[in-house]
Amino acid sequence: MNEPSLRILLVDQNAERAAILEEGLREAGCRDITVVREMHNLMRRIVDADPDVIFIDLENPNRDVLEQMFQVSRSVRRPIAMFVDQADTESIHAAVESGVGAYVVDGLRKERVKTILDTAVSHFNTFNRLREQLERANQALEERKVVERAKGILMKERGFNEAEAYSLLRTAAMNENRRIVDVARSVVLAAGLLK
Amino acid sequence: MKQIRIGFIPLLDCAALVAAVEQGFTAAEGLDVRLVRETSWANIRDRLIVGHFDAAHLLGPMAVASSLGVGHLKAPLIAPFSLGLGGNAITASIPLWDRMKAEGAALGAGPHTQGKALARVVESRARSGLEPLTFGMVYPFSCHNYQLRYWLAAVGIDPDRDVRLVVIPPPFLADAMRTAQIDGFCVGEPWSSVAVDAGVGNIIATTTSIWPLSPEKVVGCRAQWAQDNAEQLDALIRALYRAALWCEDPANHADLAHMLGAARYVGARTNLIQNALGNRLPLTAGATPVSIPDFHFMARHHATFPWVSHALWFYSQMLRWRQIEVAVDDITVVRNTYRPDIYRRALAPLKIELPASDTKIERFFDEGIFIP
Repeated sequence: MNEPSLRILLVDQNAERAAILEEGLREAGCRDITVVREMHNLMRRIVDADPDVIFIDLENPNRDVLEQMFQVSRSVRRPIAMFVDQADTESIHAAVESGVGAYVVDGLRKERVKTILDTAVSHFNTFNRLREQLERANQALEERKVVERAKGILMKERGFNEAEAYSLLRTAAMNENRRIVDVARSVVLAAGLLK
Repeated sequence: MKQIRIGFIPLLDCAALVAAVEQGFTAAEGLDVRLVRETSWANIRDRLIVGHFDAAHLLGPMAVASSLGVGHLKAPLIAPFSLGLGGNAITASIPLWDRMKAEGAALGAGPHTQGKALARVVESRARSGLEPLTFGMVYPFSCHNYQLRYWLAAVGIDPDRDVRLVVIPPPFLADAMRTAQIDGFCVGEPWSSVAVDAGVGNIIATTTSIWPLSPEKVVGCRAQWAQDNAEQLDALIRALYRAALWCEDPANHADLAHMLGAARYVGARTNLIQNALGNRLPLTAGATPVSIPDFHFMARHHATFPWVSHALWFYSQMLRWRQIEVAVDDITVVRNTYRPDIYRRALAPLKIELPASDTKIERFFDEGIFIP
């Protein structure tokens, strides 16, 4: 019991996600967390932080840069990409699926790493869900705008009222087995071409 | 049939993968292939190993390193198909080029001339107490790293002592050069052309001038997957082989450049890609691209054959640059990573002429010879 807190380095260019993960790790009892958002002076930051565990988001092309630093540097303990012999395969799958890569220095007990990895994965997933919700909301908004524009065009060009314009779009969509927003896009596109 | 997921990195040598799918060569073999664009070689490797990808566009040395367990944990990968030969270039920043020119370098000159000029620049910087030059490459276990190191060492520059080598992802190289983070780099097309086009550097050598018919990427997969899905793998190799022939035919270059230029594949200007496909490289901004017929081979000269001598050369470079210690069983592991036997088996129905041997003698610009 009372093992010293693991030192964690988090490399993530996305500030919101980094914040979510940092908070989650603190809640899980990790106190020593360094967050790096830009690659500038990364080597120096790694040396200073002397981490036991490094997390990096998998969207980050600089992951290859990080791996080379482990290769060449004599001044950092050499962490290795996390694989089956440090955590169970399921955890690794979950990590890659959620978009987080982990590096761990040798000699850490498997159970300690696994708890931290699972925390990271669950917070990456939280972020992914938030992002999806936001994307869906933006998409819904954009689709509503297209339908509004198509209705406006039909009302102006054909003299329909709003209900008639919507009904025309809906009937066309049903007949052609398409979504209303797709029909609306064609209307907007066609109107643009005919101008 | 189960879908085959293949990861790739935005580089010109993913052409055969893209054409295999877009031109229907995989469909003709009854395969359902999904290409997934990735952002780093480390991701490609990890997703291949955990089974997110069934196969991947892979750095040849990375397949060897993974099978040996250097750089990360051991995970046996195999390379049954080569995605062409050559295609890399070394680019110097404009300030470095100006210094090299003063020391005897000339646009289009051979690797000896350019290398000697570079060596004099390196020496004079050391004498003046200036920081060593920094060169970018794409990954520690890459042909780019080894080819750059070979050339530097051959002209008297110690790549570990006299210069600094750093990893920078290909799409960022031109920017890194513009902001003077690096003085030179070695990368596959179209990223040298992109830097030249942006006016930040000049191409000083092609790696095929350093090592004619030098190896590059492969299609890699887990050894276990290859064993469990032999029929699918064979069909994939046939589709890729036909795609490589299609890619090399100049009549298809306009279509191929258009295909690759799309953001979901390489995402670079179509005219730069088309020039590179036709082995025409702009050496300096604004100049007419120069024809370099032996720059890149997509199918000719058995360019898709996975030569075991290539794998052995990579291993020799891992030892040379102290990435790995000598171990008795390693040679066998290295030999078994490149799999010409699978290539031969897959292409047997096509009744084409294949190399008689699985290895060949490799020859370099400085008269160095590698006898496997």
